[in-house]
Amino acid sequence: MEIIQQLVNGISLGSIYALIALGYTMVYGIVKLINFAHGDVFMVGSFVGFYSITFLHLSFFPALILSMVACALFGVLIERIAYKPLRNATRIAALITAIGVSLLIENGMIFFRGAQLEAYPNDILPTNKINLLGVTVESKSLLILGVSVALMIILQFVVHKTKIGKAMRAVSHDAEAAKLMGINVNNTISATFAIGSSLAGAAGVIFGTYYYKIEPLMGVIPGLKAFVAAVLGGIGIIPGAMVGGLLLGVIESLVSAAGGSLWRDGVAFIVLILILIFMPQGIFGKNKREKV
Amino acid sequence: MLKVEDLNVYYGNIHALKGVSLEINEGEIVTLIGANGAGKSTLLKTISGLLKPKQGKIIFEGKSITAKAAQTIVKQGISHVPEGRRVFANMTVEENLQLGAYLRKDKKGIKQDMEMVYDLFPRLLERLKQQAGTLSGGEQQMLAMGRALMAKPRLLLLDEPSMGLAPLLVKTIFRIIEEINVTGTTVLLVEQNANLALSIADRAYVVETGRIVLSGNAEELTSSEKVKMAYLGGN
Repeated sequence: MEIIQQLVNGISLGSIYALIALGYTMVYGIVKLINFAHGDVFMVGSFVGFYSITFLHLSFFPALILSMVACALFGVLIERIAYKPLRNATRIAALITAIGVSLLIENGMIFFRGAQLEAYPNDILPTNKINLLGVTVESKSLLILGVSVALMIILQFVVHKTKIGKAMRAVSHDAEAAKLMGINVNNTISATFAIGSSLAGAAGVIFGTYYYKIEPLMGVIPGLKAFVAAVLGGIGIIPGAMVGGLLLGVIESLVSAAGGSLWRDGVAFIVLILILIFMPQGIFGKNKREKV
Repeated sequence: MLKVEDLNVYYGNIHALKGVSLEINEGEIVTLIGANGAGKSTLLKTISGLLKPKQGKIIFEGKSITAKAAQTIVKQGISHVPEGRRVFANMTVEENLQLGAYLRKDKKGIKQDMEMVYDLFPRLLERLKQQAGTLSGGEQQMLAMGRALMAKPRLLLLDEPSMGLAPLLVKTIFRIIEEINVTGTTVLLVEQNANLALSIADRAYVVETGRIVLSGNAEELTSSEKVKMAYLGGN
């Protein structure tokens, strides 16, 4: 039963990676930029959630929504100020800018509130133990998993059924052709940043609720791992980010369970190296073919 | 309907269009013929707002659309079918058509125009749920044209619709272009196959290295010695 317990932990952790990875992959899909500041948006989301709960005395769901809205705005702000002027610059210039934005957010946060840890209260969500087929699961884990899955389903709906979702897919495939349809490419890119960042914000609140401790540099490692998850699934492909995130979470938990807790962080990057060597297009990636 | 005056367009330091002027009247099919790299596609891209001119004016139905954003120009009634189709390969045929109507809000009209596109291109109806990337070249051309028509344009810009297609299919496409024109859409056609283009056009402009060197009725140009020599493969 220990193994199933670990699987459940892995899926919960993986759903957090998946939520962050979605932002990486959506932004990459549309502007071909690895937004290394994305992990820090996750951190900011976590703090917004924390302050909403402790100062504004909001409960979990209102805090989650407030954090998502705040992060959506924050993401658009980052895009407009830092990335939009570099739309036609080289990719390496945009990448270095992303690293710069990341450092700015981390150190800005430390400057304004200090580097000390903060802890989410542990009574935000009920923590009953539920017995599921002989496995003990916390009701909190199930709720968190449910929220993550619901957000991913909503995202799929937005991307496939709504006008803005179709515009996003069109721009990511061929921005110039999208312009000829009358699509406002700049607004569509902003919408993509908004949606991706709001998912990171949600992940931040979920992370805080689940693991309690948050601090200004908390976004670095989950951010990098979510990046690995996005590459694992196939960068630019939305279902890939979901599967990649869950898979990475499960792999990490199983490695911990096998007694390699110290290897947990290392494993993610071993996965990255192996993927880049043997399967650089990722699980869902296709080799592109063009038709004349 | 469309008036282009003294248009100058640059790609960096390359002077691609050197003072191009032309005029298109409502209901016409006008064709631009000329060699590869003469500037035909550049002209279409400048009209549809993908490129900004350094100098000159583009006036559509009395209003200046010079250097306006592409989406504004689509809204004004100009649709551009780009060279190489550029369909959204990862989306279904139906979604591609819906994107063509992106700026429209009249659900009823959109539905009617969908029907109109299916009548024009029955093949698209058969492949509605198929990914556009899996279509043949000819079907992709039909989809690109159908998608452009979904914006309900009054002026349709067509860039090399015959490129890479089998001769029989080219005939079909050109018959459909005439059909589209008859139903009230003005057409500006860029085509390397000058014979074919002149056969359906009312008027033509000959473009050479960024300049218009000759213009006139399609029939006149077809029989002109100069055009015959340079573009129609005759002597």
